[in-house]
Amino acid sequence: MKNPVQTLTKSVTVNDNPFMKPIEWLSLAVLALVLLVVLPSLLDAFRLNLVGKYLTYAFVALGLVICWGYAGILSLGQGCFFGLGGYCMAMYLKLEASSVENTKIQSTPGIPDFMDWNQITALPWFWKPFQSLPLTLILVVAVPVLFAFVISAALFKRRVGGTYFAIITQAIAAILTILIVGQQGYTGGINGITDLRTLHGWDIRTDGAHTILYFVNGGLLIGCILIAQFVKKSKLGRILVAMRDKEDRVRFSGYSVAGFKVFAFCLAAAFAAIGGAMFTLQVGFMSPSFVGIVPSIEMVIYAAVGGRMSLFGAVWGTLLVNWAKTSFSESFPDLWLFGLGALFIAVVLAFPNGLAGIWREHVEPRLTRRVKGLRAPPPAIVPHGAPAE
Amino acid sequence: MDRGLRSPLRRKLLMGLAAAPALSLLPRTAFAAGPATSAVSTTGLAVTDTEVTCGILHSITGTMAISETGAQQAEKLAIAQINEAGGILGRKIKIIQEDGASDWPTFAEKAKKLLVNDKCAAVMGCWTSASRKAVLPVFEQYNGLLYYPTFYEGLEQSKNVFYTGQEATQQILAGLDWVHKEKGGDTFFFVGSDYIWPRTSNKIARKHVENVLKGKVVGEEYFPLGHTQFNSVINKIKLTKPKVIFTDVVGGSNVAFYKQLKASGIDLSKQVLLTISVTEDEIDGIGGDNIAGAYSCMKYFQSIENENNKKFVADFKKMWGEKTVIGDVTQAAYLGPYLWKMACEKAGSFDVDKVVAASPDLEFKGAPEGYVRIDPNHHLWSKTRVGKAKTDGQFEIVYTSPELIKPDPFPKGYQ
Amino acid sequence: MFGDYSLGDLGAIFAMQGFAGLILFSVYVLMALGLAIIFGQMGVINMAHGEFMILGAYMTYLCSAFFQTYLPALFPAYFFLAMILAFCASGALGMLVEWALIRHLYKRPLDTLLATWGLSLILQQAYRSIFGAREVGVELPSWLIGSVQVTDSIEIPINGLFVMAVTTLITVGVALLIYRSRFGQQVRAVMANRPMAGAVGIDTEKIDRYTFGLGCGIAGVAGSAFTMIGSTGPTSGQLYIVDTFLIVVFGGAASLLGTIASAFSISQTQSTLEFFLSGSMAKVLTLLAVVGILMLRPQGLFTLKVRR
Repeated sequence: MKNPVQTLTKSVTVNDNPFMKPIEWLSLAVLALVLLVVLPSLLDAFRLNLVGKYLTYAFVALGLVICWGYAGILSLGQGCFFGLGGYCMAMYLKLEASSVENTKIQSTPGIPDFMDWNQITALPWFWKPFQSLPLTLILVVAVPVLFAFVISAALFKRRVGGTYFAIITQAIAAILTILIVGQQGYTGGINGITDLRTLHGWDIRTDGAHTILYFVNGGLLIGCILIAQFVKKSKLGRILVAMRDKEDRVRFSGYSVAGFKVFAFCLAAAFAAIGGAMFTLQVGFMSPSFVGIVPSIEMVIYAAVGGRMSLFGAVWGTLLVNWAKTSFSESFPDLWLFGLGALFIAVVLAFPNGLAGIWREHVEPRLTRRVKGLRAPPPAIVPHGAPAE
Repeated sequence: MDRGLRSPLRRKLLMGLAAAPALSLLPRTAFAAGPATSAVSTTGLAVTDTEVTCGILHSITGTMAISETGAQQAEKLAIAQINEAGGILGRKIKIIQEDGASDWPTFAEKAKKLLVNDKCAAVMGCWTSASRKAVLPVFEQYNGLLYYPTFYEGLEQSKNVFYTGQEATQQILAGLDWVHKEKGGDTFFFVGSDYIWPRTSNKIARKHVENVLKGKVVGEEYFPLGHTQFNSVINKIKLTKPKVIFTDVVGGSNVAFYKQLKASGIDLSKQVLLTISVTEDEIDGIGGDNIAGAYSCMKYFQSIENENNKKFVADFKKMWGEKTVIGDVTQAAYLGPYLWKMACEKAGSFDVDKVVAASPDLEFKGAPEGYVRIDPNHHLWSKTRVGKAKTDGQFEIVYTSPELIKPDPFPKGYQ
Repeated sequence: MFGDYSLGDLGAIFAMQGFAGLILFSVYVLMALGLAIIFGQMGVINMAHGEFMILGAYMTYLCSAFFQTYLPALFPAYFFLAMILAFCASGALGMLVEWALIRHLYKRPLDTLLATWGLSLILQQAYRSIFGAREVGVELPSWLIGSVQVTDSIEIPINGLFVMAVTTLITVGVALLIYRSRFGQQVRAVMANRPMAGAVGIDTEKIDRYTFGLGCGIAGVAGSAFTMIGSTGPTSGQLYIVDTFLIVVFGGAASLLGTIASAFSISQTQSTLEFFLSGSMAKVLTLLAVVGILMLRPQGLFTLKVRR
């Protein structure tokens, strides 16, 4: 059987085009149009906030496209980075919500309520940096990236890869969850950090704030897509792909394979962290249930449904799966797990390149033929279509 | 689940259609069952001339589905009974059920949907503390009304929530006093799952043991949720030889703990074990043989002898099958719709503010547990009972507190 | 912490603690053995392993209910039949899954992970629809309950001994099957070099199917045995999956001996730590140690010397 992923790779690696081809610009424009114009004008505030929540997962899926699709590193611990980013943001918001006036009834006013319940009387040192907004914004990305760096540097230097890496990241997700749940005086335990109210004095709970946050989120997402596109199109991106397909050849050509892998993994962690922070802002709390194994694997499926090689596909995949999840569970709460499970299997068996693959193989050739047909005779072969997204 | 009403636009259209004939064509007397809609609902809740919408929000899927099934069944039973008896203020209760999927953000999302999209006049739901903490800001922001059935750690009081289960002091203190007095319990070993409810409960229990009972806690152990190997801690228990083992292990760990305790040769007819996390529901999974002899501290047991309970148990079994059992939380969930009905009728309105204002000091005499009263702090006054587990999965009630115990979510001296 | 206790007490506790560690060891081996075959020998990441175990547990439950109602006289012996049934049911389902799903994915091991995760969701929901969301209680024959009184103060749980016996039996059986039988020879040949094995006339597809079925069947027996010590519910399988994978990976995936060694070291570490520290911290420290060692020695404890 021909491996579809590899077929696809061929078309990507031979590509020597400028930053983005016209059809990619078009895809980006369509995505931006839908996210920033169509959805906000069609949906009410509640549904828009939901879409905003889904889009925060798209950051993770985007990171997975780079790190799994391009570099071949499957991480089952992306929830760690999503969670860490979210926790960093939540710590800042919680400190702001726990002003001395708001917490008068506590035995130690001015610290978060869950610390007070656990007889902690002073703010622990690692909470202190989160009193400042600029520092928090830096830490939101820095902490998860540092964490990712420590994990990946150690593992990739020793050439751990593939399934082993996946399982180790999974174990790390489990450890982090147990730690966060167990240290409830410092982390809020299983309830997480809840009841977040304002960001630098600005009430984030109102519909208006949700709308603004939605647009910020959308803007950041498009920014991240552009960064990812840049990485993909640069020499670096091609080394990543080469590494995934024939690691040893890249190594023998004199490249530091570990370094590139670490970079891809850290970039994915950074994206996930931004998503986590935006999640906290839009949903208003953070809990250890995002750090664990189940959400981490679910996020992989978003990328897989969208197409593990496609940046835009990741966003569409995330939206589609979450939309299906919400509407399935509203209509057939007893049955939605069947649907989700079937989706996993179908994506792997029938559509290994996800939505992007379907688009590329069935829609795009026709489009291209039609467009080109107007100008010139159709090209001899367009078997897998152009390598565009 | 009403799929047709999911889109807000269609919802409005349908409601318009339903209201139009009522307003224009038919004489008002045709709907004279209750007061006019404009009088009972002024804040835009989903109340029509014939119906009022109530949300049910529990996990139907995921790890918590095990526990939340009973609560959800009891709420449906109560609502069906209320509807049969004519509804609330002449309106039948329409249920919109949502699945929290054992996932806290999903709970928040669905709570918001129930309040914002469906305009539910009240919501019965949540089970874990984490899910309640997740939905609490939503209920406060949109001024919703939540009836929360589970016994929990306390340290919370919200205008928008009524807690129909016990908070920690209500559940624990009387039980500890009893075990101290009747069983001579002076040394305790605590075993719990590692999250906020067991830790807070054990903290309160420890203060009570050390300060009031002048006893000693010889061990305190926590295990991650879902842990299944307890042989090491059982050995520690054997080493420290406590008079009382006090447990608040939950979920699948519960089953593993009691099976292994039984297998290790600790005989619960000689060793006193007091638990605050085992109801009839849990025994179903643990197996009656494995836990017979243990004492459980709850406000309700299926074996309570009174007329209310006899009827409740019979109705519950009729609706959900002979083999179902009824635990503490199931009964507390059953109270929710009734307390809401009484408050609405006293207020003469479904408006949340008025219902909340009418609730304090309401007494519900039809409760299966006997008689309950709503405190101004939104928790219930209720009795504490100690039951001894029997091999058939039921409890023999060995102690009932003489008076209703006042709820005290922020207990002084226990923090 | 031991100042207050007599030497006799301490001795008894250490003896029992040693047994607790051995029981945990047997549980881990039983959990990991099926996966060691599937993941270690075939390279398939079976995330639904826990669900196969729970299928075995449910078979045991059905069996106990059946015997209680129709054959109460034979009830004390039902457990043996239940384990055989559990093996057959899980094995048959495993072979079906291999035929429908896994055989298309041998070249994409990471994709087997996603597909079997989907399968595990479906199985969980299926259990929930069939058996209800609540945990079911499995009635045990009375001879399996209780403990053996070795001395005045040393008691050993019978079900623990039973698990140890079952584990030993199955481990020896699997080892004989893989290393001494014709079938095992073919399995190892296929795993070592598939095209070559095919070329010498081994029906590789059939071998794959039987190997996968064998792994799942052992998972079913494990699940059946665990009804004695753990819970049986639609999502109980999830409790085991991380531990199981770590044991197999830590042992060095391609080696049965490695799996046993790793189960031994992890279980002893955990049970010792649990005794001296609190349960939650013990778990975290054990997992951290495993991950730490894997970072230093990624190939696991034991590896086959293979040219790649």
